[in-house]
Amino acid sequence: MEYIKPFKRILLVGCNECVTVCAAGGRKEVGLLASGLHMAVLKSGATIEIREHTLERQCDPEYVEELVPMIDGVEAVMSMACGCGVQEIARRFKNKPVFPALNTKFMGASERQGVWSERCQGCGDCLLGMTGGICPIARCAKQLMNGPCGGSTGGHCEIGEDTDCAWALIWERLKALGQIERYVEITPAKDWRPGGGSGPRKIIREDLAE
Amino acid sequence: MRTESKLEKVLAAGHLAVTSECGPPRGSMADKVIEKGKYLHGVVDAVNVTDNQTAMVRMSSFAASVLLKQQGHNPLLQMVTRDRNRLAMQADILGAYALGIDTMLCLSGDHTRFGDHPMAMNVHDIDSVQLIQMVKNMRDEGKFQGGAEIKNPPKMFIGAAANPFADPFELRVLRLAKKIAAGADFIQTQCIFNVDKFEQWMEGVRARGLHKQTYILAGVTPIKSVGAARYMKNKVPGMDVPQEIVDRMAAVPKEKQPEEGIAICIETIERLKKVEGVAGFHIMAIDWEEKVKEIVERAGLLPRPQV
Amino acid sequence: MENFEPVIVAFCCHYCAYTAADMAGSQRLTYPANVKIIRVPCSGKVDALHIVKAFEKGADGVYVAGCLEGDCHFKNGNVRAARRVESVRKYLEEIGLEGERLEMVTMSAGMGYRFAQVATEMTEKIRKMGPSPIHLALAGGASEARKAANI
Repeated sequence: MEYIKPFKRILLVGCNECVTVCAAGGRKEVGLLASGLHMAVLKSGATIEIREHTLERQCDPEYVEELVPMIDGVEAVMSMACGCGVQEIARRFKNKPVFPALNTKFMGASERQGVWSERCQGCGDCLLGMTGGICPIARCAKQLMNGPCGGSTGGHCEIGEDTDCAWALIWERLKALGQIERYVEITPAKDWRPGGGSGPRKIIREDLAE
Repeated sequence: MRTESKLEKVLAAGHLAVTSECGPPRGSMADKVIEKGKYLHGVVDAVNVTDNQTAMVRMSSFAASVLLKQQGHNPLLQMVTRDRNRLAMQADILGAYALGIDTMLCLSGDHTRFGDHPMAMNVHDIDSVQLIQMVKNMRDEGKFQGGAEIKNPPKMFIGAAANPFADPFELRVLRLAKKIAAGADFIQTQCIFNVDKFEQWMEGVRARGLHKQTYILAGVTPIKSVGAARYMKNKVPGMDVPQEIVDRMAAVPKEKQPEEGIAICIETIERLKKVEGVAGFHIMAIDWEEKVKEIVERAGLLPRPQV
Repeated sequence: MENFEPVIVAFCCHYCAYTAADMAGSQRLTYPANVKIIRVPCSGKVDALHIVKAFEKGADGVYVAGCLEGDCHFKNGNVRAARRVESVRKYLEEIGLEGERLEMVTMSAGMGYRFAQVATEMTEKIRKMGPSPIHLALAGGASEARKAANI
């Protein structure tokens, strides 16, 4: 709300990709937020015009281009995409303030309808082959790479009953796969460079890049 | 002998070692550290100095260890991977060794959720097994974790923790094996109240011959009150306090409970002495340092050997 | 806004509340004309967006009327509707509207009397609460809304 206070006309942009699937920033959420913001502004005694638009993908410049005909009519843009989308719009439209409407939290999977949990931290050096397909970096509260800490109780993490102990899961899985010896191998200290330790990361596919 | 550590000398000579701990204060009071230390003079072979224990900010383990060293103690520097990355930890190890600290304990640390800074980032650049490996390589190979050579490498006697009571139980012996393979010279266990379960774990340890590859110090804690017993039983993750202990504490009047707690602690030590593979005791008398001497004495572990 | 007549939107499930409304009519039971009925195939069909849009357009109160527990024609649409209503209530509070302006009610197709009673109660409740600030803002422009909001 604070972000948009100074403006009379804003464009609220959703994204049809990941944020749609996780019910955070798709067309429907854009409608809900536009409506809510509109009411909140009306209630405060001001007026605002909120235009709604949802792009196929906010993280690809080709799709962001679609906003060109709309952008001049608005004073600011609010994006309901993940942080990548917000930044793509900011990069394309240098003179328009762009605000995030979401807090992008994590890369996760859907446990069941309406419940998502973190699964990957994009560390750039995948351990899943060693850990039975369960990631200790994303799913152990201490990112332990060599087994459970002393707080693992009945399959739960010490931080809370609703968090599984990643290492209890890994152990069960290794047993089921007959790969217990995998556990005994010491995983050496991790090289965090591919995990963001050496600054912003970039991938260049020579065969695709122009 | 790998190091000059007093603890290593005691253990190598075949004595039952005794360690205890000193939690640094939540303020910059040197006198508090020194005062706590006074109760342990001549009573233990090394004093564990906790590192932001329970994720609460306290005076650094390093500084408090130095203060104790100046008083003639043998500090056992605890180090958790939660608060610092590998650069900071190696720097502290060099500094600590330069100031005469030659024994340390490698831990991952309680999660910040339990402390007074739940909003803080958990670092965990490396885990406890990797920390053990790093300290060992610093000592035996004279190399930093990054591979560069160390001038005058720190010769640390390396400890690790083991919790025989956490789940999955069947993994706990393997986890110990992993820590030993990484370079743990000695082990301090979680507080033992359930001696049967500890014996079961030790059977697994002996079956793999692990007790011959490291020194296992059995952890014990005197309970102050029935309230404390219940709290540890129900609220502390990875603690196993059997109902009999709670009942026994509850059966005596409140003013007699501390005495009962100490009696239980001494009985536990006596039972543990008979367990093959136990090389000593780690007495965690949290904010109750003044009772350590009584426990050590009544358990027949005084005087401490001169080595 | 003197002589305030609230605008109430009722999303009524075809299999129960909508038929109950019909029943109320054929039983010659009266209920306030403030209630505007929108027929839906199931209360579970009512999206958060429908509810929020109703308020945005100036409704003073909204209710979703579904089947009695266990009687949903589509198994559990009414249960989902109740959860959704709960979450929209929170959203309304966040925006600054009273959550009580939104209700979830249940009834069976034969409950003509209950339909009339719910319609009357809801209208009276909202009448007591007064117009929604959005209704005010839309009706009297921004200046009146400012007065209502005491700023």
